[in-house]
Amino acid sequence: MDYNTKHTPHTWPKHPETASMEGKNKVTGFWLFLGGETVLFATLFATYLALKDRGPSGMKFSTHELFELPLAFIMTMLLLTSSLTSVYAMYHMKNFNFKAMQAWISVTVLLGLGFLGLEIYEFVEYVHKGFGFRQSAFGSSFFTLVGTHGVHVIIGLVWFILLMLRNAKRGLNLYNAPKYYLAALYWHFIDVVWVFIFTVVYLMGVM
Amino acid sequence: MSEETTLTPRTEKEFEYDRKRAARGMRKQVAAFAMMILFTFVAFAAVQAGFPANFIGPVILLLAGVQVALQFYFFMHWDEKGSGTAQFFMYSAILVAFTMVLTFVTIIWWGE
Repeated sequence: MDYNTKHTPHTWPKHPETASMEGKNKVTGFWLFLGGETVLFATLFATYLALKDRGPSGMKFSTHELFELPLAFIMTMLLLTSSLTSVYAMYHMKNFNFKAMQAWISVTVLLGLGFLGLEIYEFVEYVHKGFGFRQSAFGSSFFTLVGTHGVHVIIGLVWFILLMLRNAKRGLNLYNAPKYYLAALYWHFIDVVWVFIFTVVYLMGVM
Repeated sequence: MSEETTLTPRTEKEFEYDRKRAARGMRKQVAAFAMMILFTFVAFAAVQAGFPANFIGPVILLLAGVQVALQFYFFMHWDEKGSGTAQFFMYSAILVAFTMVLTFVTIIWWGE
């Protein structure tokens, strides 16, 4: 059958993301990719832990002095909530409700933009204080770890926006269902990495 | 590839049943979310309260681990059938990740 066939809620499969062989392969391949991403972030976490608070002698910057918990808390809430809203989007995708799915993805994107805005604000503040990428080993490892996560957020947001725009007129079918599903998986993974960042970098940095 | 996909429309009864199941599944997701929020609150509050670092460090790491497990098993659907390959890839990756972090951290500790 053709992936572009028009569906009704009754003909729509229970698991549209894996109803086609292409979808199945995509989901499997994507999990392998996420495994690689996990190892990538592990190297960055390990480097950060090794170099944290280290730099030229007499350096005035440390995790205790720099990090602000309220900001990290708000960012965490935004990203965690955006993970739930993308779950809602996938719920409506499985119920063949295209409009509700697009609406929940829009909410996800807005929350993600809020997170990104706060992260940019945080980085600008640090650089203003003189704590930049090249200031110390600590600075390099911090900006590489948190910045790489930030880049993932940007990629996730662009991915969602492109999907919404490109499929706005097409509606939901078996051609694009796996695409939406993978974008949502990617977004959850970004949240998973953030859980460790707020714990290992921010919370363990100020305690 | 397209010929491998065959779909039979669901009967009204099957359809109603699946809808209800999906709605129940969604309630489970919201419950998982509530727990994640709770764990986050506890972690931030514990650090803010200023308990000794040797005690609170392992606790918040454990909370993070549980939170991530909830994310995988509910939000990323590991509770559904057919997620074995995904779990195999991720658990392998987690093993490598854990070893890497452990190695870096112990090298630094021994150096001091």
